[in-house]
Amino acid sequence: MSYQARFKVWRGDAGGGGLTDYEVAVNEGEVVLDIIHRLQATAAPDLAVRWNCKAGKCGSCSAEINGRPRLMCMTRMSVFDPEETVTVTPMRAFPVVRDLVTDVSYNYAKARDVASFAPPADLKPGEYRMRQQDVDRLQEFRKCIECFLCQNTCHVVRDHEENKPAFAGPRFLMRVAELDMHPLDAAAEAGVDRKAAAQEDHGLGYCNITKCCTEVCPEHIKITDNALIPLKERVVDRSYDPLVWLGNKIRRRGAEHGT
Amino acid sequence: MTRVDRQSWDVVVVGAGGAGLRAAIEAREQGLRCAVICKSLFGKAHTVMAEGGIAACMGNVNANDNWQVHFRDTLRGGKFLNDWRMAELLAREAPDRVWELETWGAVFDRTPDGRISQRNFGGHEYPRLAHVGDRTGLELIRTLQQKVVALQQEDFRRHGDHEARLKVFQECTVTRVLRERDVLSGTSRVSGVFGYERESGRFLVLEAPAVVLATGGIGKSFKVTSNSWEYTGDGHALALLAGARLVNMEFVQFHPTGMVWPPSVKGILVTESVRGDGGVLRNSDGKRFMFDYIPDVFKEKYAETEDEGDRWYTDPDHNRRPPELLPRDEVARAINSEVKAGRGSPHGGVFLDVSTRMPAEAIRRKLPSMHHQFKELADVDITAEAMEVGPTCHYVMGGVEVDPDTAAAVGVPGLFAAGEVAGGLHGSNRLGGNSLSDLLVFGRRAGLYAARYAAGVDAAGRPAVSDAEVASAEAEALRPFGAEEATGAAENPYALHQELQQSMNDLVGIIRKAPEMEEALRRLSGLRARARRAGVEGHRQFNPGWHLALDLRNMLLVSECVARAALERTESRGGHTRDDHPGMDRRWRQARLVCRLADDSTEPAAEDPALGRIRLERQEPPAIRPDLLELFEKDELKKYLTDEELTR
Amino acid sequence: MSTGTDPRPSAAAGSPARGGVHHSTRASIAPRHLRRDRWWLPPAATAAGLLAFVVYSTWRAFADERYYAAPYVSPFYSPCLAERCVPMKDGADWEVFGSWWALSPALLILIFPLGFRLTCYYYRKAYYRGFWASPPACAVAEPHAKYTGESRFPLVLQNIHRYFFYFAVIVAGILTYDAVLAFRDERGAWGHMGLGTLVMLANIALIWAYTLSCHSCRHIVGGRLRTFSKHPVRYRMWGLVSRLNARHMLLAWASLISVALADLYVYLVAGGVFDDPRFF
Repeated sequence: MSYQARFKVWRGDAGGGGLTDYEVAVNEGEVVLDIIHRLQATAAPDLAVRWNCKAGKCGSCSAEINGRPRLMCMTRMSVFDPEETVTVTPMRAFPVVRDLVTDVSYNYAKARDVASFAPPADLKPGEYRMRQQDVDRLQEFRKCIECFLCQNTCHVVRDHEENKPAFAGPRFLMRVAELDMHPLDAAAEAGVDRKAAAQEDHGLGYCNITKCCTEVCPEHIKITDNALIPLKERVVDRSYDPLVWLGNKIRRRGAEHGT
Repeated sequence: MTRVDRQSWDVVVVGAGGAGLRAAIEAREQGLRCAVICKSLFGKAHTVMAEGGIAACMGNVNANDNWQVHFRDTLRGGKFLNDWRMAELLAREAPDRVWELETWGAVFDRTPDGRISQRNFGGHEYPRLAHVGDRTGLELIRTLQQKVVALQQEDFRRHGDHEARLKVFQECTVTRVLRERDVLSGTSRVSGVFGYERESGRFLVLEAPAVVLATGGIGKSFKVTSNSWEYTGDGHALALLAGARLVNMEFVQFHPTGMVWPPSVKGILVTESVRGDGGVLRNSDGKRFMFDYIPDVFKEKYAETEDEGDRWYTDPDHNRRPPELLPRDEVARAINSEVKAGRGSPHGGVFLDVSTRMPAEAIRRKLPSMHHQFKELADVDITAEAMEVGPTCHYVMGGVEVDPDTAAAVGVPGLFAAGEVAGGLHGSNRLGGNSLSDLLVFGRRAGLYAARYAAGVDAAGRPAVSDAEVASAEAEALRPFGAEEATGAAENPYALHQELQQSMNDLVGIIRKAPEMEEALRRLSGLRARARRAGVEGHRQFNPGWHLALDLRNMLLVSECVARAALERTESRGGHTRDDHPGMDRRWRQARLVCRLADDSTEPAAEDPALGRIRLERQEPPAIRPDLLELFEKDELKKYLTDEELTR
Repeated sequence: MSTGTDPRPSAAAGSPARGGVHHSTRASIAPRHLRRDRWWLPPAATAAGLLAFVVYSTWRAFADERYYAAPYVSPFYSPCLAERCVPMKDGADWEVFGSWWALSPALLILIFPLGFRLTCYYYRKAYYRGFWASPPACAVAEPHAKYTGESRFPLVLQNIHRYFFYFAVIVAGILTYDAVLAFRDERGAWGHMGLGTLVMLANIALIWAYTLSCHSCRHIVGGRLRTFSKHPVRYRMWGLVSRLNARHMLLAWASLISVALADLYVYLVAGGVFDDPRFF
């Protein structure tokens, strides 16, 4: 069942680089990451690649295989024709470090911009009560393994470097949605308006719901339908609903008169 | 000599898994400046692989549960070799550690009345594991990661810098714990760590009076393992090299259910929850063979018929649990025996079946990542067919000898250890679910006492990092690049690693024999000599060959500990099974095997390849506190304790 | 320091001259994408499908004829709000607009379903990808130099989708009434069923399914709640809508085709091309 496969792997660093050709053995049941490892052990000992669990749970080995953002450990070689040349490149939305390794610090910076879970002041540890149906939605989002494939494929930043400061990307907009749906999050009491933040700080408006984040998610999280669109609707509740707008206007007037 | 970047911190934590992050959070909350160093990206630690849950006696599902029962289960699981004080602390503090996670944003599965749901697991008398489907480890690591971020946001508001008081150095490897030697007294204390950035290859020194090791395990020394590449025994080796000692290293847990097919995923874990939720083990004859393997010490606790076992899932108060839920060592040995007797599955495992026991919908809901894992990696639909599983190296019970209350490494002031890298808690065999509570309970304690220790060192009394020590560490790290010039033919680190894994797997694996382990020690000595010639091509920037060449030192040290201790212990107990000494011997309970470095020099050239680097000592464990002993029936104690101990 | 989780300064300072995948900090790969599958097929098919509907519906909307063949009315012309409408026995032909309205009465009403579909979260994806190539497909670089998405005028107006949803519910209600009237024969006597009745029924079923599967609807019935457990009825409704919502794309196409087919059926029968086959 073994055969020799043709691979093209991007080698290089920030200074430049290109696709290098390799011929490498492939055995039954192997995944792309196995082949990359075989290259390391034989033809290219200094081939840089990030990986960790090799079971689709840690989200380290993100790359682009034949132009599609994927986890290398979850891409079986059997999906390719033995005659086909398999091209492996680093993620193309992030600065390259070396070979298949990219600088994903953009994501860590964005994670820091999202206000953390605010514990309710009146509940002590052990007193939290939440129903399963109330946490189902959040748990879907918390399946995220932070492989950053959604961030990589989102054209808002992939195709427009200049949007990076303004746009948090699907993963972190989903994080905002998660916290906004958390039944016990006390952000509002702490003076944090997550809906306003989504719109103003995290660039929710940049998302044009073209669903590539959902398409590439290895955890099959319905990012667009279950996180981004509901978050957009929540923002509409706040910003674009004329009744809400009018109500806020009147209340603010009242407050001004009061002081 | 290149310039080395030096920074000063109060506490340095090596490892950013559950224990490391919990320690860092605690040290930072104690008001100290804390740096965390990890080999992977922040949030990718091996903790994400934990599936089943966190054992904590909250009593949400069965109100009879309490810390005494949890303590009892833990000691039984570890065959009474556990450090009893650690087991007590674990059982007492685990619920608080879990509840605390909720206040940091963790979202566990719920009971109908809204509390944290708990599930059954092997060796636990009551449903005890707080869980999130079968991805509890991910929830744990993400929650701790997000708590770190929350603290950094706080620091940003106060100091204008996210990383002012808590910083994660990701993709860095520590190769040495540095020490300041007091010439007069001959003692030494921790002064910091030396390491390199994986990305750039640059060296860095973090100076700190307190260092917490939280590096996890050693599984990458074995061929079939559920562990990731990070598990090269770094913390174990760093501790040895810093003068600390390792205990219980002969006890290596082989998880009974790892994937066996296809070869490239061999060893990847199949969670114990599969059995906890109703999955059963069958051999090629279709027989539920576990009923034949219930050891005498557990006879009263487990069902004798399939009917009784099946009833237990719905009525646990009036039935005994099925033997599929025996502690992991028992199940792993049973599977091994079935395969050896020719009753295995086509690819050398046995069958683990949920498809005939639960509706497809329930399987997808309760075991989503198992469903996903088998579908994607093996093309097996677990809702329709049985899985093939076999034992896989999963966890090392042994580790750094620590003070049970403070997690301080014995004999090295300023060094602390928590999580898998620390030894003692689990005795000869760890119960599922106890690892995550271990990370939280002792991660917090390590952070707390490291912070107190560091706070007790005044600015003037801070240990200094000497240039000579840094230079020596640097020379050691750079050796693989000069290997060829020095000795002619360089060795390929990948080939050495494969040979090491094969040797450990074949010769010091799940079933052990004296001649095989002697052979293993011979091979290790050969590998050690060759590893000194391990050479790499290219440059220091993100060079995996170089990284592996450096990790080999650690794996070889740790493997030697395992082999020596395993050869010494002439009995079978928990994660140590001797073909030539099949029974458990009560007298051996009174001996803990302790490893230390033969030559206490940090100079790498001082090694003598022929001798081996590890010396073994026997140590008598402290007697179990009487009130804790009273939690057990006399008859049960007789199986573990010697007659003198019982009459004492 | 690069080892921290802070982004390195150089990443932001890279030359902005060439953005996107050819930005100077990224892996230097000349092609805009390396996909080898037929990634262009879905957007092309979407564009072709939408274009076909636009051409057909424009023609029919301006045609102003053959939209009533008793008892069937074309969904493009219901409700019919001008004086010039063909009289429909008990139908939704209300003379809101007097004789001064000289254009096709379809134009008065089509704005609502058009707006609903134009701002629909599925159709937005479809035409952003199909017509605007933003992006054409995943991991295929888009041709535009600048992009601000729906954060500015005019696309920020997409957020009024939920108001179109309210109108869409009213329109669907009226079309339901039309479908009920299709159980009368051409003289107004109850107890009729022809092929046209089935066409009307199928169409209204799909219209409802599409309308209720809307993301705004999902939000309004329950999605906006924080604790489902306190609103069991709305939670169940949300569950039902969520199941429909998972098929929103399918329903969007099915109802688009059914509405065109229903109109075509009326057009053909009204023009005498064939007689409506009667079952009873």
